[in-house]
Amino acid sequence: MRVQSLLKTLAVCGVLGGLPALAPAPARADESKDTIIIALHDWTGQHITSHITGELLKAKGYKVDYVTIDYLTGLTAMENGDITFMSELWATTAGDAMKASDATGKTENLGPLGPAAKEEWWYPLYMKEKCPGLPDWKALLKCGEAFSAPETAPKGRYLGMEATWGGHDPERIEALGLPFVAVDAGTEAAMFAELKSAYERKAPILLWVYSPHWVPSVFEGEWVQFPEYEAACYTDPKWGINPDKAFDCGKPHGEIFKYTSAETKKKWPGAYAVMKKLKVDGPELNLMVKEVDVDGKPLDEVVAAYVTKHKGEY
Amino acid sequence: MSEVALPREEAHPRRFPVGWMVAALVALAVLLPYAAPGMFGWAKSYPATWIVPISDWLKAFLYWLARDATFGLFTFKDMTRFVSGLFGHALDVPKALLSTGITLGDEDGAFHIPRLSWAGLIAAVTIWSYLLGGARLALLGFVGFGYILVFGQWDSAMVTLSQVIVAVLSGVVGGILIGILAYRVPRIEGAVVAALDFMQTVPTFAYLVPLVFLVGVGPVSGMLATILYAMPPMVRVTLMALKRVPPELDELARMTGCEPRQALWKVLVPSARDDLLVGVNQVIMLTLNMIIIAAMIGAGGLGFDVLNALRQANGLGKGLEAGLAVVALAIVLDRMSRALVEMRPVHGPAAQRRRQLFWLGLVVLIGFTALSFVVPALEKLPNEYRISTGNMWSDVVSWVNINMFATTDAIRTFLLLYLLVPVKTFLIGFPWLGLVAVVGGGAYALGGWRFALGMMALIAFIPVAGLWERGMTTIYLCSISVVIATLIGLPLGLLGSRSERMHAFLGAMCDTLQTLPSFVYLLPVVMLFRIGDVSALVAIVLYAMVPAIRFTDHGLRRVPPSLQEAGTMAGCTGTQRLTKVELPYALPEIMLGVNQVIMMALSMLVVSSFVGTNDLGKQIQVAISQADPGKGLSAGLAIAFLGILADRMIGRFVAARRQRMGL
Repeated sequence: MRVQSLLKTLAVCGVLGGLPALAPAPARADESKDTIIIALHDWTGQHITSHITGELLKAKGYKVDYVTIDYLTGLTAMENGDITFMSELWATTAGDAMKASDATGKTENLGPLGPAAKEEWWYPLYMKEKCPGLPDWKALLKCGEAFSAPETAPKGRYLGMEATWGGHDPERIEALGLPFVAVDAGTEAAMFAELKSAYERKAPILLWVYSPHWVPSVFEGEWVQFPEYEAACYTDPKWGINPDKAFDCGKPHGEIFKYTSAETKKKWPGAYAVMKKLKVDGPELNLMVKEVDVDGKPLDEVVAAYVTKHKGEY
Repeated sequence: MSEVALPREEAHPRRFPVGWMVAALVALAVLLPYAAPGMFGWAKSYPATWIVPISDWLKAFLYWLARDATFGLFTFKDMTRFVSGLFGHALDVPKALLSTGITLGDEDGAFHIPRLSWAGLIAAVTIWSYLLGGARLALLGFVGFGYILVFGQWDSAMVTLSQVIVAVLSGVVGGILIGILAYRVPRIEGAVVAALDFMQTVPTFAYLVPLVFLVGVGPVSGMLATILYAMPPMVRVTLMALKRVPPELDELARMTGCEPRQALWKVLVPSARDDLLVGVNQVIMLTLNMIIIAAMIGAGGLGFDVLNALRQANGLGKGLEAGLAVVALAIVLDRMSRALVEMRPVHGPAAQRRRQLFWLGLVVLIGFTALSFVVPALEKLPNEYRISTGNMWSDVVSWVNINMFATTDAIRTFLLLYLLVPVKTFLIGFPWLGLVAVVGGGAYALGGWRFALGMMALIAFIPVAGLWERGMTTIYLCSISVVIATLIGLPLGLLGSRSERMHAFLGAMCDTLQTLPSFVYLLPVVMLFRIGDVSALVAIVLYAMVPAIRFTDHGLRRVPPSLQEAGTMAGCTGTQRLTKVELPYALPEIMLGVNQVIMMALSMLVVSSFVGTNDLGKQIQVAISQADPGKGLSAGLAIAFLGILADRMIGRFVAARRQRMGL
């Protein structure tokens, strides 16, 4: 332990560019000694980015603690002052929650983290044989049967997480006239357990997959290409192929944002600077997620390796 | 309905045939909406304009409570934060002892007092188990904690254990105090019992969001949720135990000149000791049941490990290992506390030996911990000594999946097409007025007008709160699961009551099923039965059949030997004796088991929504992810009402049955 701490101290000194050994002290002279609390949600990528932030802050001498909390409940907790930092709020799923939180003025959007969030309908590659024409969405119009299950036949079965993550899939199915039924998977763990089961047997499956995540790197497959999303598609029925209905397009993809409590700027200016500056490269994050989830490496090791490589930047 | 209403009619032969009237009204309420959908459409599907926005009211109330409520000097939020602060400090003590140790000062290389050494703790647990229950318990304690150590679960298990300790202590102390209060002040007893009913039937998930609102996230709110869930049995046991203390003892205390306070603490409470310890045991088990749920609002520990592992690509083995650590912790603590209940005071050399063993355990614990100043490996076992099943479990499940999926899929399709879908369609299409009438008619037959009115109010909550579809899905899923669980549980319990070996095997199976976090076996179930109602059904049945087995076994074992002999003397064959003597005698007990099955099935609802059902549990799950406390609470209330409804109806049935048998 002691060697590691020493290394960290040295690292900090290195960053500060040849300042005397006591340099970190003045940096936090007028800063709060309270613990900085970082939220952990339920996906590995977020655990990695959170721990990277945590380690960078610890290296600067801050006290850091982690708490587990549901994704969207986190912003409420941050407004109440229970959480200091959240590393990943996806424009794709938390758009409304972020808007609501911005309105309270108790939280601050620190800008994008770096990786591009992508989420869409996804299928394993072997389904291309059973449904020629994929990844174009028009192929699905004729493939209901190929993706069907007893309870949905003759329509196809699409597994999503509508209830907890949103996404307007039932509306999309109706607007595009797809012969599919959206089935709610309940949890991600259950959904990917079924994907694993189907993949092992080369059985038909169509489901919701997002990235950064381990699924695209473990299973071979592709995202369905729907008409490109535009804000007007969700609000204006006239937009797109179906002149009577909205949602006749794919899902939005976009940035992942960092959030902190509005107090942070004053309370821990040094930590605020690190959080504001924090950037993680998308492919690099995907690789780390795979190392943890698929190769079974301990998260701490993967994070430590990243921090050693990148701490010079902060 | 007419069969149920009949006996009542016979009971009052002189009066107007009320039973027939009730039966006719029920039939009318059910059939009319089908016969004349045009005129009685309002009685079939509940009109949207009649829905009372209960969840919006609850939400507004909670927002007000969390943001604006004030007592003048301080706000409600200040108060809840203060309470959670107290618990936070209480948690620091066992956390420092078991999990983090104490580091003096913030600087690097500061003086560090190690946590209790794993070697010391395992040795102490073994010695104390021996003291409590002999060699067998000692072995169990050693294996249980040893498993946690070598499978690398120690750090998380100690985080969990420290929370368990605080939660159990607070639950026990709080439970005893409330129990005494209710015993001393009979006026509030009714209110306390009603509150307990509520606390036990509202699913814990429903109050997670309000808790996050009021006390924030983290180990403390996880612990508070646990205490809320685990304390009610302690209150009940205290109340019952104090009532059971013979009045002579109370009089004796007063005659010897005790003040009321002395009489309570020096006479009544000590003489209720055994019963109170049973309550402690219950609190421990319920606390361990909550580990996973508490982890969802930041409790960490083993619960977090289970949830996290199951999301990973090959996490099944990891999740199972962490889940089994929960089982190990639960079984060791349960057996130790049970042995404590059964321990009798001894005197002379035996007592001295007990004292010696106790001190020996303590000395070993402190000795190893002191040693770990010098040997850090005694504080934290180095990684290379740990073992893991690795991908074995994932591979096993994959093999089953590839080779047996065809069979399971056939079962699934059959269940869906011929049982689940028809029942679900029927129930969701059932007229709401008819449902209220059916419940009312049944309740009337069991307990008269007042009872019927109460029960009808409970069931009417579902349509009135706008929860019809999810509520009926709940009823459909629960009732089918309860039937299947009972059909499996009864024969197993019967076998258990016939042979000691089977009894022991079933006991171990039930313990594991109840303490293993259901999440762990949910995933293999999903791989075999896919997402949807069938998986949920399997998961609910696995969890809920436990009381059916236990109560049947217990009920049949309690049939007095004299009765069995009487049966044999009257010339019964074995089967006849079972069906004509033993089963009827044990029926009340078995029905209590069924009652528990229903409660367990209801408590599994939220977990079943994790595999894609659309029931009231789903409503709560959605509420959690949208941070909408009103939505969650209203669904929680609906589940609680269903539970209370079933409990009261079965309670009446059992009481009537017992009375008829002259018990």
